[in-house]
Amino acid sequence: MEVSRKITNMMGTERDLNFKETELCLGLPGGGGTELETPKATGKRGFSETVDLKLNLQPKEESVKNDSKEKSLQPPCTKDATKPPAKVQVVGWPPVRSYRKNMMAQKNTSHEEGEKPNSSAALVKVSMDGAPYLRKVDLKMYKSYQELSDALAKMFSSFTMGNYGAQGMIDFMNESKLMDLLNSSEYVPTYEDKDGDWMVVGDVPWEMFVDSCKRLRVMKGSEAIGLAPRAMEKCKNRS
Amino acid sequence: MSEDDDRSPPLDLRGADIAESSNKTRNCSGVSGSGVPGPGPGPSSMEFQAPYPDQVLENVLENVLQFLSSRRDRNAASLVCKSWCRVEALTRSELFIGNCYSVSPRRATVRFARVRSVAIKGRPRFADFNLMPPDWGAHFAPWVAAMASAYPWLEKVYLKRMSVTDDDLAVLAESFPSFKELVLVCCDGFGTSGLAIVASKCRQLRVLDLIESEVADDDMDWIACFPENGTTCLESLIFDCVECPINFEALERLVARSPSLKKLRLNRFVSIGQLYRLVVRSPQLTHLGTGSFSAAEGPAQGEPEHDYLSAFAACKSLVCLSGFREILPDYLPAIRPVCANLTSLNFSYANINAEQLKSVVLHCHKLQSFWVLDSICDEGLQAVASTCKDLRELRVFPFDAREDSEGPVSEVGLQAISEGCRKLQSILYFCQHMTNAAVVAMSQNCPELEVFRLCIMGRHRPDPVTGQPMDEGFGAIVRNCKMLTRLAVSGLLTDRAFGYIGKYGKLVRTLSVAFAGDSDMGLKYVLEGCPRLQKLEIRDSPFGDAALRSGLHHYYNMRFLWMSSCRLSPQGCQGIARELPRLVVEVIRDEVAEHKDDAVDILYMYRSLEGPRDDAPRFVTILQ
Repeated sequence: MEVSRKITNMMGTERDLNFKETELCLGLPGGGGTELETPKATGKRGFSETVDLKLNLQPKEESVKNDSKEKSLQPPCTKDATKPPAKVQVVGWPPVRSYRKNMMAQKNTSHEEGEKPNSSAALVKVSMDGAPYLRKVDLKMYKSYQELSDALAKMFSSFTMGNYGAQGMIDFMNESKLMDLLNSSEYVPTYEDKDGDWMVVGDVPWEMFVDSCKRLRVMKGSEAIGLAPRAMEKCKNRS
Repeated sequence: MSEDDDRSPPLDLRGADIAESSNKTRNCSGVSGSGVPGPGPGPSSMEFQAPYPDQVLENVLENVLQFLSSRRDRNAASLVCKSWCRVEALTRSELFIGNCYSVSPRRATVRFARVRSVAIKGRPRFADFNLMPPDWGAHFAPWVAAMASAYPWLEKVYLKRMSVTDDDLAVLAESFPSFKELVLVCCDGFGTSGLAIVASKCRQLRVLDLIESEVADDDMDWIACFPENGTTCLESLIFDCVECPINFEALERLVARSPSLKKLRLNRFVSIGQLYRLVVRSPQLTHLGTGSFSAAEGPAQGEPEHDYLSAFAACKSLVCLSGFREILPDYLPAIRPVCANLTSLNFSYANINAEQLKSVVLHCHKLQSFWVLDSICDEGLQAVASTCKDLRELRVFPFDAREDSEGPVSEVGLQAISEGCRKLQSILYFCQHMTNAAVVAMSQNCPELEVFRLCIMGRHRPDPVTGQPMDEGFGAIVRNCKMLTRLAVSGLLTDRAFGYIGKYGKLVRTLSVAFAGDSDMGLKYVLEGCPRLQKLEIRDSPFGDAALRSGLHHYYNMRFLWMSSCRLSPQGCQGIARELPRLVVEVIRDEVAEHKDDAVDILYMYRSLEGPRDDAPRFVTILQ
C-alpha cells in the first residue's frame, strides 16, 4: 500500500525539520509532567484549551451554565499573545449569520496583517470514504481541532467518531486505547502532510497542522490502523 | 417574497373533492350562451365527468378567479363554498408553503393541480445563528419527488432555509422541461455539482439566484456547464455567496451570449479587472454585484489599468449595486457615474469609512434601499440622512459582531436617519447601546415604519443617558408606527415593554425577543394582545409554562413559535401538545448544554395537517 511505502521512505531519509516541533509524542497541553510524556515533549503547543475530537452530529462547544441558561463559548485563542482575552461570547449572539461573521473576521485579520484575505486561506480538499462528492475547507477559518471536527461532522453527517480521550490529541503512547479506536468502524480523519505522508489528524499542535496539511481524508478506523504504528515508530525513533 | 398569510386555520381539504348533491333543481340552460350544461371550455372540466348543475357557473368562476393573484384573496375565495374552493384550487398557479411541515407534498399537490410556481420555507430563522444542531430537517427531497409527477410543467422554485442536495437538483433538472427560475435563499446541502446539473439540463433557465446559501466546493466547473452554443435565456445570475473560484473565461463567454441578462452578482473570486471585462460587454445590466472590487491576487498580471469610470458610465440602466467584497477604496470613485440612478446600494461587505462613503452616497439622491457596515460611523449615517430623502430600507451591520466591541454607530446616527429619511419603512440597526430618546424620535419622524429591528449588542443594556430600560422607546414605536408588522427588541427590557406591544402592536406579525422581560406576564401580554401574530421567536427570556398556556387560543393561527433557553418544562409543553392536536410540538435537545434539571432547551411548535413528521433527527422529540 502506498501509504506504508511513503512512511517507510520518511523513516529512512534525513529530514531537516525541527524535530522538537514535529515529534508525535503527546501529553497534556502546556507540557505538564505526566507519565505519558516522553522526555522530548515540549511545551510548544498552539492552543490553550483542551479539546475533545469527538465528531458528533451536534456541534460540541464548551458551555458554561449560569442563571439565565446562556450557552457560552470559550474565547478562541489568538495568535497575538499581547491581546487581552475576549469576553466570553454567547452562542448565536449578536444575531449575525456566520457567513457574514466569517467575512468580517477575514477582513479583520487582513487589516492587521496587511495581507489580502485570499492569500491567507489554507484550502484543502476533504474526501470521505463512501461520500460521492469532495469538499473543500479553509483551515484558517478554524482555530482548533474542535472547530475543524465540528465543521467536518456537519459536512459529512454520517460521521460517527470514537472517543479521543480527554486530551485534545491522540494518545499514541497508550497503544491499547489507540488500537481500540482504530479497530472500530468509527471514522478517523487523516491528512497528507507536506512530505506526502498520511498521518492521523491530531498529532501535532494546531498551527503546525494548518501549515503542513495538504489534504484531508476521512477513513474508517480499521483502515487507518496502518498509519498508527508507523506514527508511533516515528515518535520513538526521534527520542 | 411578501409575508402575507391567511388568517384562517387550515382546512380539512379532503372535503373539497366530494361531489355536490345532484338533487339541485337549478336550471342553468337559460344562463349561458351555449345552453348545454355539459363540460365547458378549459382543461379543468375534463376532470369532472359527473354532470354538475353549477358547471356553467363554475366555468365563469374559473375565468374570473384565474386573474386573482394575491394569495390572501385566494384563500378567502376558497372559503366561500366547496365549489369556489375547487375552482380556486384549479386556478392557483403560485403555491406558497410558509412552513414545509405544515402540509405534506402529497396533500398540496392533490389540492392544487395546476401549479407553475412553488415557494417553500423550511428551518426557523434562529437556526441561522447556530442555536440548533444542524440537520434538523426541511428537506427538499420529498417535495421535488412529489412535484416531479404532479407538476411536469413547473417553471419556478423558490426555497428559503431548506436542505437541498445535489440529487434533488438533479431530479429538478430532469423532471421539468419548462423550468425557468431557481431561487435558493439561505439553503444548504448542495454543491457545485448540483449547480452543474441545473446549468446543463435546464435549457429554458432564465433565473439562477443563490442568495446567502452555502454551496460546497466539489471542484466542479459549473459555469462551463451552461450550453455552449447559441444564446441563453438568462436574465438573472446571482452567485455572490458561492465561496469557490469560478472559471472566468467561461463566465465571460456565457455573459456574451446572454443578451437578456439584467442581473449579475459575482462572487469575491472575480477581480475588478475581470469585472471590467464583463461590464463593458453588458451595459444593459440593471443589477450588478461587483465581486471583490479589488485587484487580482498574485504577481502583476500585466493588465493595463482599465477605464473603470467609462465602463460604469455606460451602464445607464443600473439601479442596484452590491458586492465590494474586498474593496480597494481607491477604486470607489469609478461607480460615481451610476450613483444618481441607484435605488439600491449594498455596502454591507465593504469596510469603508465615513469619508469614503460620502464620496459616493452624496450623489445617491434616489436611493431607496441601503445596506452598510457600521464602519461608516454616525458621520456616514448623517451623510445618508442628508442626501437620501427617499430612503425606504436601511440595514446597518456590525463590522465587529461582539458584545464588547467599540460602537461606531449610536443614537446619533439613528436620530439623524429619523430626521432625514421620513419615508423610512424598514430598519435593521446593530449598535452597542441606544437611547430611548432616539427611538422615540424615530417613532415620531417615521410614521410609515413597518419593520423595526434594533439590535443592541450588549445584552440587558439600559439607556446609557438615563439608566432606564428601553421600554419607553419600543413602546413609542408600537404606539406611533401604526403600520408596524415586524419588530425585534433588545437591550434592557421589563414586562412593561411587552405590555406596550400587546396593547398597541395590533398589526404585528413577526416578533423577535432576546434576553428580555421579567416574568410570565411579558409573554402573556403579547399572546393575548397581538391578534395578527404569526411568527414569534424568543430566546433566553424568563417565560415559563403558565405564559405558554396563555397562547392556547392563538397557536393555530400562527406559523410557528420558537422558545429557547426560557423556563419551560417538558410537562408544560406536553400540556400544550395534548390540548392542541393539530399542533406539532417539537422539543429540541441541544446536547452541548448538560442539564441538571429537566428544562426544555428549545421548543419549536407549528400547526400542521400531517401530525408528527417522520424525518425528525434523534435530537428532536415530538410531544403528543
